[in-house]
Amino acid sequence: MNPLLEVTGLDVDFDGRAAVRDVCLTLERGEVLGLVGESGSGKSATALAILGLLPGNAAVRGSVRLDGSELVGAGERELTRIRGSRVAMVFQDPLSAFTPVYRIGDQIAEAVRAHRDVPREQARSRAVELLDLVGIPEPALRARAFPHEFSGGMRQRAMIAMAMAAEPDLILADEPTTALDVTIQAQILDVLRAAQRATGAAVLLVSHDLGVIAGLADRVAVMREGRVVEQGTATEVFDRPRAPYTRQLLAAVPRIDTPRRPRPATGEPVLTVRGLTRTFPVHTGTVVRRRSGTVYAVDGVDLDVRRGETLALVGESGSGKSTTLFELLELTAPEGGSVELFGQRLGTLGRAEARALRRRIQIVFQDPMASLDPRMPVGDIIAEPLRAQGADRAVIARRVPALLAQVGLEPAHADRFPHEFSGGQRQRVGIARALSVEPELLVLDEPLSALDVSVQAEVLELLRRLKEELGLAYLLVSHDLAVVRNIADRVSVVYLGRTVEAGPVDEVFARPRHPYTQALLSAVPVPDPTRERHRTRILLPGDPPSPTRRYDGCRFRARCPLQADLTVDERKRCAHEVPEFEGDGAACHFARAREVL
Amino acid sequence: MMLQQEDWTISCVPFYLVKRLGYHAVLLLAAVCLSYLLASLALDPRAYYEGRQPPLSPSAVDHHLTALGVNDHQPLRDRFLHWADRAFLHGDLGETIDGTPVDAEFGRRIGVSLRLLLAGTVLGTVAGVLLGAWTAVRQYRPSDRAVTLASFALLSTPVFLLAVLLKTGAIWFNQATGTDLIQFTGERSPGADGGLWTALKDRSVHLLLPTLSVALFSVASYSRYQRSTMLDVLGSDYLRTARAKGLGRRAVLLRHGLRTALIPMSTYFSYGFLALFTGATFTETIFGWHGMGEWFVNSIGKNDVNSVVAVNVFAAVTVLLSGFLADLLHAALDPRIRRAAS
Repeated sequence: MNPLLEVTGLDVDFDGRAAVRDVCLTLERGEVLGLVGESGSGKSATALAILGLLPGNAAVRGSVRLDGSELVGAGERELTRIRGSRVAMVFQDPLSAFTPVYRIGDQIAEAVRAHRDVPREQARSRAVELLDLVGIPEPALRARAFPHEFSGGMRQRAMIAMAMAAEPDLILADEPTTALDVTIQAQILDVLRAAQRATGAAVLLVSHDLGVIAGLADRVAVMREGRVVEQGTATEVFDRPRAPYTRQLLAAVPRIDTPRRPRPATGEPVLTVRGLTRTFPVHTGTVVRRRSGTVYAVDGVDLDVRRGETLALVGESGSGKSTTLFELLELTAPEGGSVELFGQRLGTLGRAEARALRRRIQIVFQDPMASLDPRMPVGDIIAEPLRAQGADRAVIARRVPALLAQVGLEPAHADRFPHEFSGGQRQRVGIARALSVEPELLVLDEPLSALDVSVQAEVLELLRRLKEELGLAYLLVSHDLAVVRNIADRVSVVYLGRTVEAGPVDEVFARPRHPYTQALLSAVPVPDPTRERHRTRILLPGDPPSPTRRYDGCRFRARCPLQADLTVDERKRCAHEVPEFEGDGAACHFARAREVL
Repeated sequence: MMLQQEDWTISCVPFYLVKRLGYHAVLLLAAVCLSYLLASLALDPRAYYEGRQPPLSPSAVDHHLTALGVNDHQPLRDRFLHWADRAFLHGDLGETIDGTPVDAEFGRRIGVSLRLLLAGTVLGTVAGVLLGAWTAVRQYRPSDRAVTLASFALLSTPVFLLAVLLKTGAIWFNQATGTDLIQFTGERSPGADGGLWTALKDRSVHLLLPTLSVALFSVASYSRYQRSTMLDVLGSDYLRTARAKGLGRRAVLLRHGLRTALIPMSTYFSYGFLALFTGATFTETIFGWHGMGEWFVNSIGKNDVNSVVAVNVFAAVTVLLSGFLADLLHAALDPRIRRAAS
């Protein structure tokens, strides 16, 4: 009997440039094949080529056989018949993957009707069934919602529901969880597993995340520069990698379960934040604007950073991490709470003092392409903070080459433009710019999230070295807990604008005490198939609640896994008494350490 | 929670529209006042009467001016209040400088303008959208390049030149075929009689060239806008999703592509009507139609305050109605706006 899918000698060119070369894959019925690689490795192009969904500038050669029948070169009519019915796709960014003007339920019903001649009403009720199957609460109601009314996690569930519509034999999932937060990712991977079981479909899972692959794939193919460099069962590839590239990749990927023994910092405090709050008004009305609500973006954040120490601020999207950073960088009095920078309280400073303070705290931004002026040579970019501080020409001429060398770039490249550098090099430019005025505290806003694993490792190493050499303190904001474990000394967890737990990184990761921290850590996949499959996940139900309202008592209680085991009186306490955060430890009335890694 | 939102959205939409209408009414009032002020200050009806042959006595001039309510010896405030009183309370926009009622002239001219523009505008809009979408799908192919070239050639041709070219073409056609098939002067043949059918045919023949000249410009400009909005949509992820679902090419391009690419066009559509009104002055003159545009130019020449104000009121109503229609159309096309607006 033929394998379900047989790809042999697949080549893809975009405008004549090679993207995929000589890829051979086979997929048996009901099997999950993980296709892993860094950006530009050709993994997505491979998946799209199978269904003939590549854009018009792509040329495909080779052979893709589905149950023995050839798909490369097949007519559009033939491919249309197969798409959705025998092979379905789940795409990465679920907001842009739904047509914005149609209701979710109708779009799923459309997928049902594309292959089966059923009346509209019947297709609609099938859509509701499918939404129910992927765990969308009140599916009949939600089916009438438009894509923008769904959260990211719900949209991805709906996407999976749509893929299941015609009970396909093969689901191609292209980075299905990349745009999602880690606890939502855990939910979606669970749904994907359930969908696979329910339909018995084979899955081609494309991902850059080795942990996701380890948790789901039976077999793994590793791609690099358009070629498959290694292929085998998940345990073979992860435990006994043969290709040097796989070994390199596995060594480079930061792991959440590697203990580190950071030296406890003893320096004086550089940043002390207590009870920071920041709200934003919500306005309605076009002619007469009036305030109709409030977003409580930051609602009680505490932070302590000492000289020579890295504090990681972790939390999911919308938890107020970035708002906290930008509040600090304003260098003005916070809306609520107090901020002390280098012993000076913000809000009491004059202009000159604030200006002097500006030099001592600098930021590295997330997206190195968007945060560098594309029309400015990198030398000027790096010199700009110096100029703003009034440095003279001689100083600038001396500092710029030195800074470039310090971050591992060629000093002679100062007159090049940002687009002439790779992503990792651009981030180095961003770091050099921040370092130019010799700051003491560096704020790192998701500095690695736009980079590939192997580049991440290099930048991580650079940051570590700079900290040693220059005695810097880092305030790192990251959603990537594996990165946090590898660089941070201490960690502070925020949920819905409030600090819920803080402590030394090894302690918090090994023995988290707050149920939210436990859920967060348990959701992070580990690139180790054996361990990954035996971990117990603490799945949080639903999405984080809206920050536009204030919550009585503990704001986590609606999703808290501890609630089920509490007595009525204990639950009452959670509902009425806000758990206070007092220095290190967890802001939970019933905090109890639990190992989750 | 979702149910509440739904109900809320549905119940809020009419409220939102009523609010918008109220807002537009205020703007209309402001526009009317300002245009009365401007027309009264800029135009000099006294000069019109004084230049009459045979000359009128000063008292006769005063008498005429007072009867029209445009006597510059009276304070502007009184003139305006007098005019506003009649206009707002009785819907009476006064008399033209020749003594005929403005309202009657207004009604007649609107009818002419509508008959002249409606077919061309609708035809041009629909054809422009389709052509734009089609060329977007065929980006950079010879057909796309040819349409682009033709569109820009048309857009850079002044309307009077195009109209004259069309006329020349029609004359050549008529001579070549030895018939009078294409008529291009006025709305209908003078003295033609016969049944309803004959009249209808006669009018259609007269409409052919004006409609064509109006439609060609619409096609040229709309197809450019539509091509670019369609191109934005063609590269989008949701079209890929629609293909991955197994929808046919037509359904993907029309139901998911064009439908979404129409959203940003709604503003162009409604203001397009306005642009045609102002641009129609030439079309009217060249083809001998007596519509709003011609009236506007003529009344300025005659220093006819009441008529100029009337045309301005018409323009203001058109602008605001267009804006309102744009809002409606946008809300109808885009569910995201419905939520945000309410």
